Amino acid sequence: MGAEGLGARVLRKEDKRFITGRGRYTDDYDLKDTTYAAFVRSPHAHARIKNIDVSAAEAAPGVVAVLTGSQLTDDKIGGMICGWMVHSKDGSPMNAGAHPAIAVDIVKHVGDQVAVVIAETNGQARDAAELVEVDYEELPAVVNLKAAVKDGAPQLHPEAANNISFDWAIGEKDATEAAFAAAANVVSMDITNNRLVPNPMEPRVAIGSYDPAEEHYTLYNTSQNPHLARLILSAFVGVAPEHKLRVIAPDVGGGFGSKIFVYPEETVCLWASKRIGGRPVKWTSDRTEAFLVDAHGRDHVTEAEMALDENNKITGLRVHTLANIGAYMSTFSSAVPTYLHATLLSGQYNIPNIYAEIDAVYTNTSPVDAYRGAGRPEATYVVERLMETAARQLGISPVELRRTNFITEFPHQTPVIMAYDAGDYEASLSAALSASDYDAFETRREEARSRGKLRGIGLSCYIEACGIAPSAAVGSLGAGVGLWESAEIRVNPVGTVEVLTGSHSHGQGHETTFAQLVNERLGIPIENVQIVHGDTDKVQFGMGTYGSRSGAVGMSAISKALDKIEAKTKKLAAHLLEASEADIVIEGGQVKVAGTDQALGFHEVALAAYTAHNMPEGMEPGLKEGAFYDPTNFTFPAGSYVCEVEVDPETGRTEIVQFVAADDFGTIINPMIVDGQVHGGLAQGIGQALLEGCVYDEDTGQLITASFMDYTMPRADDLPNFQVSTTKTECPGNPLGMKGCGEAGAIGSPPAVINAITDAIGNNNLSMPATPLKVWQALQQTSAAAE
Amino acid sequence: MYQTTYHRPATLDEAIKLGSNDEAKYLSGGQTLIPTMKQRLASPESLVDLSGLSELQGIRADGGSLSIGAGMTHADVASSAQVREMIPALADLAGGIGDPHVRNMGTLGGSVANNDPSADYPAAVLALNATIYTNKREISADSFFNGLFETVLEEGEIITRISFPVPSKANYQKFDSPASRYALVGVFAARTDGNCRVAVTGAGNDGVFRMEAAEGALSASWSADSVGKNRPDPDDMIVDLHGTGEYRAHLVNVLAKRAVTAA
Ligand SMILES: Cc1cc2nc3c(=O)[nH]c(=O)nc-3n(C[C@H](O)[C@H](O)[C@H](O)COP(=O)(O)OP(=O)(O)OC[C@H]3O[C@@H](n4cnc5c(N)ncnc54)[C@H](O)[C@@H]3O)c2cc1C
Repeated sequence: MGAEGLGARVLRKEDKRFITGRGRYTDDYDLKDTTYAAFVRSPHAHARIKNIDVSAAEAAPGVVAVLTGSQLTDDKIGGMICGWMVHSKDGSPMNAGAHPAIAVDIVKHVGDQVAVVIAETNGQARDAAELVEVDYEELPAVVNLKAAVKDGAPQLHPEAANNISFDWAIGEKDATEAAFAAAANVVSMDITNNRLVPNPMEPRVAIGSYDPAEEHYTLYNTSQNPHLARLILSAFVGVAPEHKLRVIAPDVGGGFGSKIFVYPEETVCLWASKRIGGRPVKWTSDRTEAFLVDAHGRDHVTEAEMALDENNKITGLRVHTLANIGAYMSTFSSAVPTYLHATLLSGQYNIPNIYAEIDAVYTNTSPVDAYRGAGRPEATYVVERLMETAARQLGISPVELRRTNFITEFPHQTPVIMAYDAGDYEASLSAALSASDYDAFETRREEARSRGKLRGIGLSCYIEACGIAPSAAVGSLGAGVGLWESAEIRVNPVGTVEVLTGSHSHGQGHETTFAQLVNERLGIPIENVQIVHGDTDKVQFGMGTYGSRSGAVGMSAISKALDKIEAKTKKLAAHLLEASEADIVIEGGQVKVAGTDQALGFHEVALAAYTAHNMPEGMEPGLKEGAFYDPTNFTFPAGSYVCEVEVDPETGRTEIVQFVAADDFGTIINPMIVDGQVHGGLAQGIGQALLEGCVYDEDTGQLITASFMDYTMPRADDLPNFQVSTTKTECPGNPLGMKGCGEAGAIGSPPAVINAITDAIGNNNLSMPATPLKVWQALQQTSAAAE
Repeated sequence: MYQTTYHRPATLDEAIKLGSNDEAKYLSGGQTLIPTMKQRLASPESLVDLSGLSELQGIRADGGSLSIGAGMTHADVASSAQVREMIPALADLAGGIGDPHVRNMGTLGGSVANNDPSADYPAAVLALNATIYTNKREISADSFFNGLFETVLEEGEIITRISFPVPSKANYQKFDSPASRYALVGVFAARTDGNCRVAVTGAGNDGVFRMEAAEGALSASWSADSVGKNRPDPDDMIVDLHGTGEYRAHLVNVLAKRAVTAA
């Protein structure tokens, strides 16, 4: 390992501009003659639009245009799409209802777009938006999953009877039934996975700009995947032809999934720019809009059962989940509760029979889609809550139960598609147990009791799937796109390097880690490496960043392109040094003839490639190579988390007094960045377990938690000092052996927290977020039961 | 935010002149008013900034009382050696309001005038039996607060100072609402000249109130036992996402005991 190569804890190159306030975010772009868009949004969860009167708004100062859904339809702009086809059990395709960018007849959730006002200033646009008069006929609304599937519930889309878009299943039903019939013990639970609002620090922004002379569009957008946005906006929504649309996603201040999707607002900004003759149209979401219309996460209601034999070996798992998809199917909403969720229900365990049914349910709420972890936190929560509960029910140690059932041989084919390639679950469990001094816990529990506190401990052994994914495999499962990645390495004549990548950094530190890979391979300092991303005019194509795929997939593409650079460099150097190509090595920025003192600087070879004065026969000038990398499998990060809590029985308040994470991420490029990713993931996972919960009013469909006054974001003082460490089994599937670390913390931590609190209070009936109120109520139940 | 006109008067008289019409609003730290305006829930035609008025500044001992200018920020009060010496519970209370940004801007006068049912200061004002001084009159704590976000202040009236009698024992216990970190329940218990007063904020659906049922026993004997099983009627409590009536009433009891013990 060099000072800046793989495994080095180098500081992040990009932080200089972020820390000094010089990041360049979408809202920082001020194009000439910009106009500002304000959306008129529905105050009702469900209503028919009887009339829209825009006359007063049109006459307001500074107003350039007021546009509605019917004009969008006139211009033949299509609706938003869901890009992953899922089929119901009976083989029929999912019933995705229409999702117009601006509602035409009916609004389906609070915040739905009804009209857009474009004006000279943001203030004028907002003032005028209040003057648009919409005559609504209110319709009954439904936000609760169980209520939505009942007969007689308000219906959202005529295509989807009982509000069910699809009822999908995975696994062997009959074999699983048989396993339950033969079981020595069965553990059953009702599990709710609470709905979350992503809340990246930077709200969404879009600037649409149409150039009438070139008939060309540019979209500046807070996107995690600008090429995907371009593809969807051109090929499916039809706002602009693909070769006439440039999408730029500059610095993006966090996404957590919510900026993967293609939303109505960017569609409208592009379209409106053309409608008004080519002036740019800018929309900047405020925090309230972010709460109302960014795609939310999670929101499952699950019945789960586990069957065990007399030796405490798991013989079956049965799951039925209602997954909330909100009012419309967002870009990847169908994949999250199915292929990203139910395929992980085997956890770290040898479970011979699994059968899971997932019903995707429309409700009058904001759309729900991928949010940090996307399906895998929900699966982990089901499996790990069941494991802890089973251990309590059987009266055995939760550690022993897990050990009894761990998968120990690889590769391992689960009954739910996934084939785990490598792992050592005992290694991470032992590391976590010893770091947390698990064995001495009962002493600490006693000591806490003497202070009037209830102390509890909880485990979670998670597995997840990253690096999505082999294109042919996801294609066969219904994905509308391939999920490879591309990279291009441009060596400049002076030997500095530009890496063009289809990955997109919005907090992950790619400018540092990707440069570290170049340093490792070519020996040039990372300050001589520039990472170029987020612009469809610069990078030919790419699938973007989500699902912890940028290392495992994005860097694999870079690695492949570097192979080609190395090969050409060696060939050229061999020619220049009159040596055999096989004897050339690249080391520390030098291109050497092994075992001699003959060498050229890498920059000298680069220059020779561009002067082209002395090239080998048939070699093209220049030093630039590209590669596409298609993964051969998912990668499978896994780990063990131990959470220890103290509950104040008088108030129900929980304090996390210790949190240990032992993760296996395979090869690590920069341990400091990995620690940061784990810390952030844990903060969000603990946030879900203790603090965050998105709540709609059951009668009116109003979003009750529409601001930080009611929606509890985790703050630094809610969190303990994390003890994080890693164990390592390399991923055999990609050239670097990487697995991915971006979501693990959010996936593994919620069950550890809830397992700890329920251990402390002696009542397993506790849902997330475990607010002081809920914990106190659970304690009241415990003491009432004891009386 | 809608358009508004901003004034920064240098004298109290000028401020009153500018503020005495229903389209004007006084502005102190702006930590309540500005967010409300940004959400377009308030649209005063003019803002009259009180931060330039010397009458509203300063912290000083005044006989057996501590007199604090209405314009003093929460950070001023939290860090004042004089407050720390005379009424440490008040310094602690101020130091537990919001976050550093809020404490560096928000003021005593703004908080008390606003009378948010979950704000901290009203509990101290009531438990310490403070006197509120305005440009017109002095008002006793018991007659000042008038239900949610309501006080007896008249249009255009400005709080200039608040005078807190110095207690022999006092403590404030705050249980944060998880999201906003305003008080889900806050209890201020104080013993002044042998008389005990316990005031509760965050809990009551009619705003800050005294726990009179416990005060008599506490005056006789200052101990957590004197609080006993005393708690308010759950039906009189605020009910929201983070607390039921039962839970809030229970917390009032727990925090009252803790305040008495800690004082
Ligand atoms: C994020 C956040 C967290 C907060 N957390 C807490 C908390 O934990 N506990 C808590 O108690 N508060 C909290 N607050 C509120 C904060 O303490 C405010 O500062 C306070 O409520 C109002 O004071 P201000 O000086 O900012 O008043 P402003 O917002 O300027 O004014 C508030 C109202 O009082 C009127 N007013 C102001 N000064 C006077 C005066 N001298 N005479 C008559 N009327 C006047 C104004 O016209 C206005 O109607 C929080 C605020 C924020 C933004």
